[in-house]
Amino acid sequence: MIPFTRTELLVTVIARLLQGCRHVAVGASSPIPATGALLARAQSQDGMRVTVLGSHKQNFFTSGGVELFDLAAQGRIDAFFLGGGQIDGEANINLVGTGSYPQTEVRWPGSFGSAYLYFLVPRVILFREEHTRRVMVPKVDFISAPGSSDASVFRPGGPHALLTSLGLFSFDRAQRRFRLESVHPGHSVEEIRDNTGFAFDCPANVPSTVAPDAATLACVRERVRADVGSTYPQFAARLAAA
Amino acid sequence: MTAAMFCASLDDLVAAIPDGALLAVPKDNSGVAMAATRALVRRGLRNLHLVCVPTGGLQADILIGTGAIAVLETSAVTMGEFGTAPRFTAAIRDGALLMKDATCPAIYAALQASEKGLPFIPLRGIIGTDILRHRTDWKIIDNPFAKDDRIVALPAIRPDVALFHARSADREGNVFIGKEREVMLMAHAAKSTLVTVEEVVEGNLLDDPARGGAVLPAIYVSRIAIAKRGAWPLALGGMYAPDDAAIGRYVSLARTPEGVMQFLAEWDGGAQAAA
Repeated sequence: MIPFTRTELLVTVIARLLQGCRHVAVGASSPIPATGALLARAQSQDGMRVTVLGSHKQNFFTSGGVELFDLAAQGRIDAFFLGGGQIDGEANINLVGTGSYPQTEVRWPGSFGSAYLYFLVPRVILFREEHTRRVMVPKVDFISAPGSSDASVFRPGGPHALLTSLGLFSFDRAQRRFRLESVHPGHSVEEIRDNTGFAFDCPANVPSTVAPDAATLACVRERVRADVGSTYPQFAARLAAA
Repeated sequence: MTAAMFCASLDDLVAAIPDGALLAVPKDNSGVAMAATRALVRRGLRNLHLVCVPTGGLQADILIGTGAIAVLETSAVTMGEFGTAPRFTAAIRDGALLMKDATCPAIYAALQASEKGLPFIPLRGIIGTDILRHRTDWKIIDNPFAKDDRIVALPAIRPDVALFHARSADREGNVFIGKEREVMLMAHAAKSTLVTVEEVVEGNLLDDPARGGAVLPAIYVSRIAIAKRGAWPLALGGMYAPDDAAIGRYVSLARTPEGVMQFLAEWDGGAQAAA
């Protein structure tokens, strides 16, 4: 097996989660999701369209920032990425701050488009590298976007997976619970339990996250690195150094 | 009429903004009128209601840090890769301004309502968020055309002033905006629009079929002033990149309100020319 970095593992997992999508959008300041999406595009023989916000080369929008949201509401975006300063066991996300609002103890930038895109994009991948009890909390202090909604709310979209530096979870929308799907090489279920502040479903035997094969690594290190370099040059340089 | 649109100085341009104005500005690197912001701070405006379209950054942080903002309506304030916005964070901690957290498409949609002369506009999503719980000015209504379909209604945002920077204007007052369509939306929605430009060009921009579609017609434009590198230290699409050293300098200085004043003093002292 060819040695690989954690970043290479994460982008490989992301690409797998995006299989079958026609159009994937990636928000600003998200180099790992962008790399995963561009890998998925390369693996799709360019059958997939990828829009990277903040990019000149990978962004086809000509109607300004509103175009992403209009496309999402029409069902023209199949996958998007969201994060959170806090994420809880019902997949609620908090991008605003900790403590009581509005004079929060810690203030993060804000909710951006999450309060909308989480409802409308079918496959939202929650991506947060930091996997600690500080982030994975029992209940978020502020709901920027809820993990689920009742039937009276138009909601074709929602959480599809949660990917961290330790493992990969799926989300059961009916049960409103995460399920641990795989643990990254070098980590354990116990470590994930110790660092997660909420309960989640966990099968008796949790597989190890599938490592990238030689062809995938070659694709990441050559073609995808060049693609992502137009938006994230410093990040692409670090990919090459792997 | 057209000659009167052109202001001799940035101070003249921002003289049109009253205390307490509802001011709309674009997100970082989409045509932020930074040089005019410097003039605005110099004028000592107070009690502004700032609407960031749809997020704020350096400009919002400077306006907060100099005490110009009473109400802040935005989907986020971020310095991007430079981290958190220091004066924004401090103002939230101290309760120094009324924060109206939003989500990006809500700000666009509320401006689109004004663009159409509508009192409100419905928008998907948002139900069940704490954003909506705190935004008592946003309502949930029933879709009048379908059963069991609740949807959020947003009141229109009608800015008193839209302020932005663009590449060029012609002598008729038409402004070339390129791909920065949000400034078009802002100008359509606002009662008045103030623009700074890198240069004034000969001929009528609307006569050029290759560029005419990316022109804000003069009918929407109230006043124009020339500001070379007027978005500095931020980028202007297709013309210049952000000055990362200057933005980094701001973020380290702005840990204190005095640091913001020092940054402005260095700016006046030629930090821009040195870049």
